[in-house]
Amino acid sequence: MTAMTTREAQAVDAALDRFRDEQGALLPVLHAVQDNLGYIPKGATPALASAFNISRAEVHGVITYYHHFRQTEPAQHKLAICQAEACQARGCRSLTATAEAAVGCRLGEHTDDNRWELEPVYCLGLCASGPSVELDGKLYARITPERLEALIRKKELS
Amino acid sequence: MSITVYVPRDSAALAVGADEVAAALQEQAAKRGAKISLVRNGSRGLLWLEPMVEVVVNGKRLAYGPVAPEDVAGLLDAGLLEGKTHRLALGDIAEHPYLKNQERLTFARVGITDPLSLEDYQAHEGFAGLRAALKLAPADIVQQVLDSGLRGRGGAGFPAGIKWKTVLGAQAAQKYIVVNADEGDSGTFADRMVMEGDPYMLIEGMAIAGIAVGATRGYVYIRSEYPDAVEVMEAAVERATAAGFLGDNILGSGKAFRIIVRKAAGSYVCGEETALLESLEGKRGIVRAKPPLPALAGLFGQPTVINNVLTLAAVPFILARGPKAYADFGMGRSRGTLPFQLAGNIRHGGLVEKAFGVTARELIETFGGGTESGRPARAVQIGGPLGAYLPDSLLDLPMDYEALAAKGAVLGHGGLVVFDDTVDMAEQARYAMEFCAIESCGKCTPCRIGSTRGAEVIQRLQAKPAEAPVQAKLLRDLCDTMLNGSLCAMGGMTPYPVLSALDHFPEDFHLAAPAHQAA
Ligand SMILES: Cc1cc2nc3c(=O)[nH]c(=O)nc-3n(C[C@H](O)[C@H](O)[C@H](O)COP(=O)(O)O)c2cc1C
Ligand code: SF4
Ligand code: FES
Repeated sequence: MTAMTTREAQAVDAALDRFRDEQGALLPVLHAVQDNLGYIPKGATPALASAFNISRAEVHGVITYYHHFRQTEPAQHKLAICQAEACQARGCRSLTATAEAAVGCRLGEHTDDNRWELEPVYCLGLCASGPSVELDGKLYARITPERLEALIRKKELS
Repeated sequence: MSITVYVPRDSAALAVGADEVAAALQEQAAKRGAKISLVRNGSRGLLWLEPMVEVVVNGKRLAYGPVAPEDVAGLLDAGLLEGKTHRLALGDIAEHPYLKNQERLTFARVGITDPLSLEDYQAHEGFAGLRAALKLAPADIVQQVLDSGLRGRGGAGFPAGIKWKTVLGAQAAQKYIVVNADEGDSGTFADRMVMEGDPYMLIEGMAIAGIAVGATRGYVYIRSEYPDAVEVMEAAVERATAAGFLGDNILGSGKAFRIIVRKAAGSYVCGEETALLESLEGKRGIVRAKPPLPALAGLFGQPTVINNVLTLAAVPFILARGPKAYADFGMGRSRGTLPFQLAGNIRHGGLVEKAFGVTARELIETFGGGTESGRPARAVQIGGPLGAYLPDSLLDLPMDYEALAAKGAVLGHGGLVVFDDTVDMAEQARYAMEFCAIESCGKCTPCRIGSTRGAEVIQRLQAKPAEAPVQAKLLRDLCDTMLNGSLCAMGGMTPYPVLSALDHFPEDFHLAAPAHQAA
């Protein structure tokens, strides 16, 4: 089992401490760790298992079950593109192709230099104003291929 | 005197630049020495007009939209603060036909008030339902909900009052109210708009439910794709607790109710109520077999009311105005109103709250103004990814649970997604299967394996038109297995979009239309 860095261990301890008194709080703890570090360290599993008094396999099962949780460091920029029906009706398929060409990786993958990752998302709740994307945590709706390229270029320069 | 200006904080407004518009207004007004007081309201739901700026002039709210940050200077020069005319001017927004022709019972305040202002909330009838409930015996509160005819708005349409009655009758030291705010269906955003635009209404509905059934704890399970809703709900719970609307002694009544806001983690099936409960308990979101019903053994094994956001959000009105005022709207066994959500390829997309019985055509054409692309509408998916695709010939159906069920369709959470004539319905059917494969919890084989097989079959059909009849037969058999062999509606209803596409749009599957169906 991989050992955690000091920073990782501190993030896990802080999250466990924060939700110590809350019943069934594995998800809030995982969120807190991921919000802090950007991912859930593989080495966190034993500490989480003992804190919640469940097996390591169960902790691992929970982390891997949910699409939101990740165990690897995120790329520098994350672009999530809505793939769901209302955005399909407003052109998300061609928008996705534009994004893939602009950043140089396929949907669901990251670039070799880990500068970009493209993620599918199934509805951002902006279905009357699609296609919608989330870029580095900020929502954008009514996105055209041109606007998306401009947003990507702006991030590349930053 | 400063002039009151509204710029929405709803994510559908933020995603098209509302924060930038608000900043430009502050800056440009200051530059001109004008004093404005900026309120960040919820959205009125005329989403094609966001960001929509409103200014209060002579007691009226005059609107402008859609406003881009670069429009702001020109708007101020043209006299926005005096309500002067401009190419973006919409006039008195309350008189806008899109709003005027709605029946807003649940969305009465959304877009009008400052979502986090307790003062504003109470000035608009807020907490009147809770105060009324505190004067009633629990069984009488439940009776009012029963009499209102309110049915669950999450999709299944189960009568809310019956669920509450079961929980009231259950004996347990701890009971729970759980709000299903997972809103995973594409084409829906009403739950989000309630949480971001009128969070105290949901809190009030939860507190009433708690008092009615004897639950002292509530959870709101909000999807992780809604960070703004999480933030607003958390702030609202904190303020409502500090002001005594929640806590150990609600408004001095001696009744207790506390709320915890929980963030989900990106699993569609966690919107299914038992998977949601598993997730709240810190486990994988795997669907539980029923019985036991959550009403008897729900969260942490205790009696639990689990309701959709819109179900609970309808409750304050029912308690404040009486069950009849609610039941007077609607048709048949579908009482009251439903906040419909017009989405996809539609010109005037947004939120339209109407009494049940309105037709899809009225919603899409009269309110929605047809497609955004200007091309003919070809298919409308009602009720999310597990809902049927309807052709034009079925759009005159009234929006009513039973009327839709009779045509193999569902109302679901009230989302309508419009597609124009460029849509490929075989591709939509393939996507429905693929989505099921991605989101299946894995418990039953027909759902887990059947969906993957279904997507493959459609792919083969797309690649080899000559094999279409054979593959279509395979697809129907597969759908039959999923319909009959799935534990929950994920596997059990994925066939709805697939079969409806196949039945109503056979030409997209390289099949001839059966004679009796030719339009
Ligand atoms: C796959 C699946 C996803 C669901 N997603 C949601 C959802 O996002 N929101 C919701 O309120 N109900 C959802 N439901 C319905 C719930 O299981 C349940 O019927 C609802 O929470 C009950 O509340 P109500 O009676 O107020 O509608 C889903 C059901 C299934 C099978
Ligand atoms: S139908 Fe699918 S999602 Fe529902 S319980 Fe079975 S495997 Fe899980
Ligand atoms: S379908 Fe894309 S935001 Fe809802």
